[in-house]
Amino acid sequence: MTEEDKQAKADESAASAQHEQARQASAGQAPASAAGASASGDGGSTSSGDAAAGAVQRVDWHSPEMLARLRRRHAANRRMKYIGLGAIVLAAALLGILVSSLVNNGTSAFRQTYIALEFDLKPELVNPENMRRGKWRRIVKEGLLRALPEEYRQNRRLARKVLKIVSRSAPYALRDHVMENPQLVGRTISFEVLAADPFDQYNKGIIPAVIGDGEKQRPNPRLGGPELVRAFEILKEQQRVSMPFNWGLFFHADSRLPETAGLAGAIVGSFLTLLVCFVISFPTGILAAIYLEEFAPKNRLTDFIEININNLAAVPSVVFGLLGLALFIGFFGVPRSTPLVGGMVLSLMTLPTIIIATRAALKAVPPSLREAALGVGASHHQMVFHHVLPVAMPGILTGAIIGMAQALGETAPLLLVGMNAFIPDISNMGLTQPATVLPTQIYSWADSPERGFVSRTAAAILVLLGFLVVMNALAIWLRQRYSTKW
Amino acid sequence: MRGVWAVMILLATLLILALAALAGWLGWRRARRVELVSTGHHDRLHSRPVYHGLYVAIWTGVPALLLLLLWVAMQGTVLQALLLASLPPEVVEGLDEPARAVIVNEIITRAAGNALPGEPAPYIIEAVQRLQRWQAMAGMAALALGLAVALAGLAFAWKRLSPGFRARRAVERAFTWAMLVCASIAILTTVGIVLSLIFETLRFFSMVPLTEFLFGLRWEPQIAIRADQVASSGAFGMIPVFAGTLLISAVALLFAVPIGLLSAIYLVEYASSRFRAVAKPLLEFLAGIPTVVYGFFAILTVAPAVKQFGDAIGMPTAPNSALAAGLVMGIMLIPFISSLSDDALAAVPKAMREGSIGLGATRAETIRQVLLPAALPGIMAGVLLATSRAIGETMIVVMAAGIIATLTFNPFEAVTTVTVQIVTLLIGDTEFDNPKTLAAFALGMMLFIITLGLNMLSMYIVRKYREQYD
Repeated sequence: MTEEDKQAKADESAASAQHEQARQASAGQAPASAAGASASGDGGSTSSGDAAAGAVQRVDWHSPEMLARLRRRHAANRRMKYIGLGAIVLAAALLGILVSSLVNNGTSAFRQTYIALEFDLKPELVNPENMRRGKWRRIVKEGLLRALPEEYRQNRRLARKVLKIVSRSAPYALRDHVMENPQLVGRTISFEVLAADPFDQYNKGIIPAVIGDGEKQRPNPRLGGPELVRAFEILKEQQRVSMPFNWGLFFHADSRLPETAGLAGAIVGSFLTLLVCFVISFPTGILAAIYLEEFAPKNRLTDFIEININNLAAVPSVVFGLLGLALFIGFFGVPRSTPLVGGMVLSLMTLPTIIIATRAALKAVPPSLREAALGVGASHHQMVFHHVLPVAMPGILTGAIIGMAQALGETAPLLLVGMNAFIPDISNMGLTQPATVLPTQIYSWADSPERGFVSRTAAAILVLLGFLVVMNALAIWLRQRYSTKW
Repeated sequence: MRGVWAVMILLATLLILALAALAGWLGWRRARRVELVSTGHHDRLHSRPVYHGLYVAIWTGVPALLLLLLWVAMQGTVLQALLLASLPPEVVEGLDEPARAVIVNEIITRAAGNALPGEPAPYIIEAVQRLQRWQAMAGMAALALGLAVALAGLAFAWKRLSPGFRARRAVERAFTWAMLVCASIAILTTVGIVLSLIFETLRFFSMVPLTEFLFGLRWEPQIAIRADQVASSGAFGMIPVFAGTLLISAVALLFAVPIGLLSAIYLVEYASSRFRAVAKPLLEFLAGIPTVVYGFFAILTVAPAVKQFGDAIGMPTAPNSALAAGLVMGIMLIPFISSLSDDALAAVPKAMREGSIGLGATRAETIRQVLLPAALPGIMAGVLLATSRAIGETMIVVMAAGIIATLTFNPFEAVTTVTVQIVTLLIGDTEFDNPKTLAAFALGMMLFIITLGLNMLSMYIVRKYREQYD
């Protein structure tokens, strides 16, 4: 603001100096300089129509009207500047809101509530011959009741309800633990089980114990009644409740239960899909780009190819999904929902990106290098593959990584080829096994009605954005580390 | 599709690759020996030994691998036809195409070892065994044939090797062909898109008249599960779907074009280089965010805010209003428009800018009267591309817009879009024999035509006006 004002003042004083000069000049002779000065105004205010008659009307730049006009023009300039700045600030603010709402919702999912309990592994309940048929729910219930006061054990209705505090997966987790360590049967062990999602949310302060205000206040129905909340508070007072880092988010498979759902399946699926995509699109894209840039004769075919590539880069992604569905799955019989078909669809979408980046990198290699190679007797192919391509490689890799980052975030075409499969078991993943990827996992979780999935979704997005940031940082690093200034 | 057969194909691929590598090494060694003992011009190699090796390797590997690829692509179709022909005539007689496909699918699924509910009929068990036998045979045949072709290629190439043989020329020709094939994949993709859309769309129009699709005012693609169901026929009028698409795109563009353009103006004309160094990566980050993230942002933050706002000003607002989806789409488009306008403004020659300022115009006057008119074609092209992006954008609207097609221009109501309909019609559905799934392809065709038209128009504008100032 102040700088602008200073500039405006300086302009005004310059204008007045000019005015003085013009006055002196016009004292004796024809006002040639004044005419020059009037040309620098924008014509509308000076009535120079009678210049032809020789009687040029001089502009009094120092007059109040002129100064006011100048001020108006500078004000308009400043307005423009601040509107532009406002637009950028607005865009930045929107980005800030986006990121902060994701972080606000997502960070809580990086911790998970566990409850440490003592379980009495009575042989008659564990059923050591066939532990899969053991009464694990009852063991967990008794473990919970041991930690709670007498009233919970007396009241049968309450005793049945307490299981709602722990995750429905808790009995299975305990079973698997004991099956791995059979020597524990008959002993009383301390074991940490997952809290059920509502209590996890309650522990993190996301949902309150009472909802409504004033007269209408009532206990939160999702927590299953005030007795359970009290029981949870008792467990908390006994220091049984802990909230460690949620490794399960990265190492568990998907689940219908928010507290056990993890991204492992989606991460592996994304990796396999990107692998297929890279294996197909990277060599193909580079070869195509080399041909178009270095070998192609200028004819209709190559023109047509170029137009095609530019168009493909702008075709909506969902259309590629239709292509994959009709051609790859319907016609060629590639198995549905698999990383193979997903990677094939993505490779078609990534191809234009890689081709365009490779061509730019090839163009940047100076002609002197080519001429030197040709001069010492290399063939055209040798020149390109031995000398130009290695020099252009950092640029090509940068483009390929950016293309892969785009492919990692792509959702719609993968939904159409069925890559939103529910994969609760990650032991059997392969190129031709049904899989899911990070973005479609985000979509499925965002669609889930359970409240716990909101923070999981936001956390999954943070993980996805983390991968994208890493990939882009790698691309930037490559560009800056290996790019050569000619 | 798996089992013995897949193992055989994998084995064949690996064997051929190993054979090609071995052949390449042999060819290289043979040429290398000649090179080492060469004494003068009469027995000098024309090409370096590595080209001899490559030549033999290419002849060994490429034809055999191409044959395998063709085999894998064709086998399913051929075996299905054989299978259908081998079924007892009394079973297939009187069945239409889809019903036969169901039987064949059942056999294939069982042959792959996957369990299906229900006890199979005896002829199916027989067919499953037959198919498994055929698949094993096909695998063996593929292996044998692949190896035979590889050896034949090796023998052919080996016989042609000699010191004077122009191996480099041959290898380079092969590389040129490979590059040409890769380059034409772009064309093949376009052809694939057009063909797959056209076929399914034609099938759709054989069930639903074209005029109903183009001019119908109702879009209710439900298909009857039972024949006597109410509203079993479904209605396929695309007008409300396209109206919804246009409404959301219009909201997005009205929001994004001014902000994107103004921020580009600021960045190009006013900002210091330090400010640019901060702001540009920020906008690029905004551009790199996957659309599914924007979709979640819409349902998490924007849609509730818009609903609150609408209720506050007394407009009945749907929770998934067009305004919310459009606004979020607008946020997505800001960096896109900004970077394209930035390019267009930066492409205006410096002389014009300096000339205007030298004549005493302020920056703002220069922008309004010189830069914007000069950059207008580029900016227009950018806006067209952004429109095409908005129309084709999928995830934001799938998550934040409605599913019911309502013909309205009130942005506070929920509307649906072309892409939403495509995704909802096709999710979890693979049978291409009812108008419901085929309708998705008809919509996809329309989407492809419209976005292609917009892209071509924008390319035309850029091409026509590009060199005006050079």
